Amino acid sequence: MDSLVEAFRLIISLDADLFEILWLSIKVSLVALIIAAFIGLPLGTYLAITKFPGRKFCILLLNALMGMPPVVVGLMVYLLLSRSGPLGWLGLLYTPTAMIIAQVVLITPIIAALSNQVIEHLHQEYSDTFYSMGVTGRRAVAAYLVDARYALTTCILAGFGRAIAEVGAVIIVGGNIDHLTRVMTTAIALETSKGNLTLALALGAVLLALSLLVNALVIGVREYAAKRQYA
Amino acid sequence: MKHLIICAALALSSHTFADTIIVQSTTSTKNSGLYDYLLPIVKSATGIQVNVVAVGTGQAIKNAMRCDGDVLLVHAKSAEEKFVADGFGEYRHDLMYNDFVIVGPQADPANVAGASDVIDALRRISQAGAKFASRGDDSGTHKKERALWQEAGIDPVKGSGRWYLETGSGMGATLNTGVGLSAYVLTDRATWITFANKQDAVITFEGDPTLFNQYGVIPVSAKKCPNVNQDAAETFARWLLSDTGQAAIAAYQVDGKQLFFPNAN
Repeated sequence: MDSLVEAFRLIISLDADLFEILWLSIKVSLVALIIAAFIGLPLGTYLAITKFPGRKFCILLLNALMGMPPVVVGLMVYLLLSRSGPLGWLGLLYTPTAMIIAQVVLITPIIAALSNQVIEHLHQEYSDTFYSMGVTGRRAVAAYLVDARYALTTCILAGFGRAIAEVGAVIIVGGNIDHLTRVMTTAIALETSKGNLTLALALGAVLLALSLLVNALVIGVREYAAKRQYA
Repeated sequence: MKHLIICAALALSSHTFADTIIVQSTTSTKNSGLYDYLLPIVKSATGIQVNVVAVGTGQAIKNAMRCDGDVLLVHAKSAEEKFVADGFGEYRHDLMYNDFVIVGPQADPANVAGASDVIDALRRISQAGAKFASRGDDSGTHKKERALWQEAGIDPVKGSGRWYLETGSGMGATLNTGVGLSAYVLTDRATWITFANKQDAVITFEGDPTLFNQYGVIPVSAKKCPNVNQDAAETFARWLLSDTGQAAIAAYQVDGKQLFFPNAN
C-alpha cells in the first residue's frame, strides 16, 4: 500500500530522474522491438510457408530460444562487445545500444516463433488460392503479414513485454550507470539492494502502469482499425 | 536493416565523448551514495564524466582485465596487487578505508556481542549453529570473510545450505536475505549505515582491528588495454588521491556519520 502511494507521488511530482529512467526504458525496448519485428516477422512467416530440409528443426530451435535466460543473452553480448572481444572496437559496451542489441537477441525468437504459429494456420487456408494466383516468395510473405496484422500485434506485444520487463541482460551489458544506462528494471534491482523496498516496489508499479498503457494503446488501435475495416 | 541499426547506434551512443571514463567499482561505494556525492565534484573540478559500473570486487577485477574499464576502485588488497603485478594496472594506491561489522538479529542467539575478537565471534556463530548469510560471490567482502573463517579454523562450507548460506549476490541482496532469515552477515559499515531494510537487525560485533577495510584505486594499464582513456583515468585517480579529493571523501556523511576515511599516502 505504501508503495502504491509512493508510486503515485513519484508520478505526480514529475520526478526528473524517474522520467529519465522511464524514457530510457521505453526507448531501448521500443527500438529493440522494431528491429526484432523487422527480423522476426518475416523469418517466422518464411518458415511457415516454405518447405526445405531442416525447416522443422529451425522452428524447434526458435521455440527453444524463447526460453533463453536473459542473463545468458547478456553474457554473450557482453563477451562480444567487451573491449577485448571481437566487436570491442565499436566501443558499445555500457551504452544503450548494447542494451538494444541484447534485447533484440532476446525477443527476436519470441516474435519469430509466435508469428510462425499464426501464419502457419493462415497458410493452411490460403495456400491453394495463393498457388493458383501465382503468389509466391517475397510477395506471399508480405501478403500474409498484412493479412494477419491483427493477430501479429499480440506476438509483438509479447516481445515488448519481455523486453521492458527483463533485467538480467541489460544490467550486464548496460552496467546500470546512472544517467546513462539505468532503466526501470535495473533501478528496481538497485533500490532492492539498498533495502529501499517501498521505493523499489513503487518503481515496479510505475513500470506495470507503463506496460498497461502500451498494451491498451496497441489493442485500442487494433480494435479501431478492425472496426473501420468492417464498417 | 543495417542502416537502422547504425542509426540507432549513433543516436544512442552520443553520450560517449572524449572525457568520459568507466570505473569498475565495488558495490559498497555505490550503494552508500558516495559516488552520487563525489562525481559532480569530480566533474566540476576536472571536467571528467565518470560512469560507474558497480559489481563485486572479483567481477570488477575480471571486467577490468577484459579492458572494460579505465579505473578500478575496489577493496581486496592482495587481488589488487596481483592485478598490478600482472601488468593490468599502472599502479595501486591506498585511497580510503572503513571497517567491516557483523550484523545480526537483536536477540543475538550466538551471543556474538560478548566475543573477545572477530575470530571468537565466528566460532560462537558456528558452535551455536546460528544462521550466517555469506556473499559467496568472490567479492572483496567475501574474500575477507573466508580469510576470517580460515583464521578461526572453521570450514563453513561444510554447513552450506544448513547454517552457512551462500547467496551468491551483492551486499544489499545478502543483507536482505540475512535480515529475512535472522542470520548474521559480515558487511562493510558504509553499506550497513545506508541500508534501509534493517528491520530488527543491529550491529552485533564491531571494533576488532582485523576488520579494517582498505579501498584502493588503480588506473588500468594502457599497455594491456590500448583503448583505455589513460589521460582522464590518470587525472581522476590523481584527483582522488590529492588533498582536495581526500578532503571531499572525508566530508561525505550519512545520518551525521562519516562513511569513508581517506588515507592516501
